[in-house]
Amino acid sequence: MIIRGDEPEQIRLIKKLYKPGNYFMQGNEAVAYGAIFAGCRFYAGYPITPSSEIAETMARELPKLGGYYLQMEDEIGSIAAMVGASWTGLKVMTATAGPGFSLMQENLGYAVMTETPLVLVDVQRSGPSTGQATKGAQGDFFQARWGTHGDHPIIALSPTSGQDAFWEIIRAFNIAERLRTPVVMLFDGVLAHTRELVKIPDVEEVEITYRKLPQNEEEARLPFGDPHGDGVPPMPLFGHGYFTHVTGSTHKENGLRDVYTPEVHDRLVRRLHRKIEQNRHVYEKYEEYFTDDAEILVVSWGVTARPALGAVLKAREEGIKAGLFVPKTVHPFPGERMRALGKKVRAVLVPEMNLGQMILEVQRYVNDDVLLKGVNKIGGVPLTVNEILREIRGVA
Amino acid sequence: MAKEIYSRYPMVKYLRKEALPTALCPGCGGGTVLNAFANAVDQLRIDPKDLVVVSGIGCSAWIASPYFLADTLHTTHGRAIAFATGVKVGLPDKKVVVISGDGDLASIGGNHLIHAARRNIDITVILVNNMIYGMTGGQVAPTTPFGAKTTTTPYRNIEHPLQISETVAAAGASYVARWTTAHVYQLIESIKKALQVKGFSLVEVVSQCPVQFGRRNRMKEPAEMLRWFLKNSVPISKAKKMSPEELEDKFVIGEFVNRERPEFVSELNKLIDEVQEHFGLKGEDDGV
Ligand SMILES: Cc1ncc(C[n+]2csc(CCOP(=O)(O)OP(=O)(O)O)c2C)c(N)n1
Ligand code: SF4
Repeated sequence: MIIRGDEPEQIRLIKKLYKPGNYFMQGNEAVAYGAIFAGCRFYAGYPITPSSEIAETMARELPKLGGYYLQMEDEIGSIAAMVGASWTGLKVMTATAGPGFSLMQENLGYAVMTETPLVLVDVQRSGPSTGQATKGAQGDFFQARWGTHGDHPIIALSPTSGQDAFWEIIRAFNIAERLRTPVVMLFDGVLAHTRELVKIPDVEEVEITYRKLPQNEEEARLPFGDPHGDGVPPMPLFGHGYFTHVTGSTHKENGLRDVYTPEVHDRLVRRLHRKIEQNRHVYEKYEEYFTDDAEILVVSWGVTARPALGAVLKAREEGIKAGLFVPKTVHPFPGERMRALGKKVRAVLVPEMNLGQMILEVQRYVNDDVLLKGVNKIGGVPLTVNEILREIRGVA
Repeated sequence: MAKEIYSRYPMVKYLRKEALPTALCPGCGGGTVLNAFANAVDQLRIDPKDLVVVSGIGCSAWIASPYFLADTLHTTHGRAIAFATGVKVGLPDKKVVVISGDGDLASIGGNHLIHAARRNIDITVILVNNMIYGMTGGQVAPTTPFGAKTTTTPYRNIEHPLQISETVAAAGASYVARWTTAHVYQLIESIKKALQVKGFSLVEVVSQCPVQFGRRNRMKEPAEMLRWFLKNSVPISKAKKMSPEELEDKFVIGEFVNRERPEFVSELNKLIDEVQEHFGLKGEDDGV
């Protein structure tokens, strides 16, 4: 059994096609190249601004590597095709934006329930509905977390630059493979279309993870068991004679449907949660700046973390003890670290390009005696350093 | 008792025994479809290891998943063909078969159906048209005959049924045939042809749902429904000479198309070859 994209031939192709060095490119292109380095060899999607350059880059590059680009009839079909392809041993990705992300939610839930590795990039744009179709936003924080139905865990990452996106998409694939689960990357229209310096590494410097495959017939017969105690069942790929049955309905360890026994549902859904919870070390990630002695903490994510850092640096120049906390994996939220930081500060500011979403997560972890304030801007234009600095001064 | 029947039934080797007995109602046409499919696989000597069967949601979706012993993917309502598309691209050498209902494949999944036909991807679809939403309790379907009674058309259905085979043939499929569960041998032959065609193939099976359809339309017994199928079936050659009005409540049966067209997955792989050739990416390690 093979996970395609890891053969020596692929290393040779990547080396030949993508010389290490500095490139000037869009965030969307950085995502596509990162995915290729991560071993993605199947892309199914449906065009939508501001994500389309990811599809265009994949359509151009994947055939060179023997990979597949499929433009499906809609987003529902796109994620469905990805699930099918993932069960054949391909690393799969799609990219979309708000309305397309909404359409993908049903089968995102299916991927959670069937433990199918896939990577879904949501290039957030201004909503609700078709909103400002071409403008960036950070309004899908909770769509990533709660967009699909039922009790389900989800992992979502959010990079802060094109360079960061290159590495974070690789991390997204590694997490998806390691934990046999879908991973969402919350990108945004601003970074997607910003051209900046991206350093492409030597492919051999990139650490790649592949999904766990069954070691013997017995493991293959339990595609939804937990033989290793880490909550992650080995994945018996289609086409190898294991006669695997996969269903989005509640199933037993052997894959067969059982929707009548409460214990079966309880056992399955709790394991899906436990798998994500007990493997925090695999995906938890955040960045901190000047948090040691900070009295005012700025908590920000994605595109907004950049002006937020600018504002913190300026505040420091003015003698204000400001610090910055940037969750890079935004779901599950790095709550423990947030709680620890929240204990040391007087005020917490949460700038985001929405009317207040991540602030609700932050609120769960800070005490009432801390001043908590959102810095919110909508309309498609990112927050500036001065807009955030003004708020820092206001609570200093 | 049940165990004895299973051990006497020669096709049992193709079934997932731990999932039996099936959840289908006695007299459901789904059993005939499963039987026909197993016989087609058996006659063609297809190793089930070379099969991936995908289905959506509904009674008909259960025919093959979980009951058929192969890799089986039981997906979300309406999306089976799109899931199967990903499977086929990943496993071009396997036979990828979709078995599901008319509501599943032609209503919510109608878009995937016509686009898969247009793409001409090498998938075989066995569409079980029981003219009703069986699993959800007998609501009107896009295939329900004009004037029929269902739980959501308690007075009568005022919509016209979708002619699935005609639509899929027009969309570009390589092979399309329609039979009823009263035409078992023709059905097996068509499934065999569909499995061997390189391209998108559809076998539509008009099937009885005595429980949700027949009961409300004066055909309580499965046999009454089969007699209705036989009485109202018109071979396609004859149908060509009939007016739309004459055909309104008839079942046109036979082969609608059987033709060669470039197939999607082989075109995709051909394209990849060309691109790799063009960029000098094929062949020997050139020491880079
Ligand atoms: C998105 C979604 N909508 C609705 C349903 C409910 N549902 C389950 S089966 C079904 C209809 C199945 O009809 P058909 O495909 O004709 O199969 P049958 O049961 O008649 O064999 C519906 C509407 C669902 N599961 N998912
Ligand atoms: S409800 Fe109808 S379609 Fe469903 S199993 Fe019963 S007879 Fe078959």
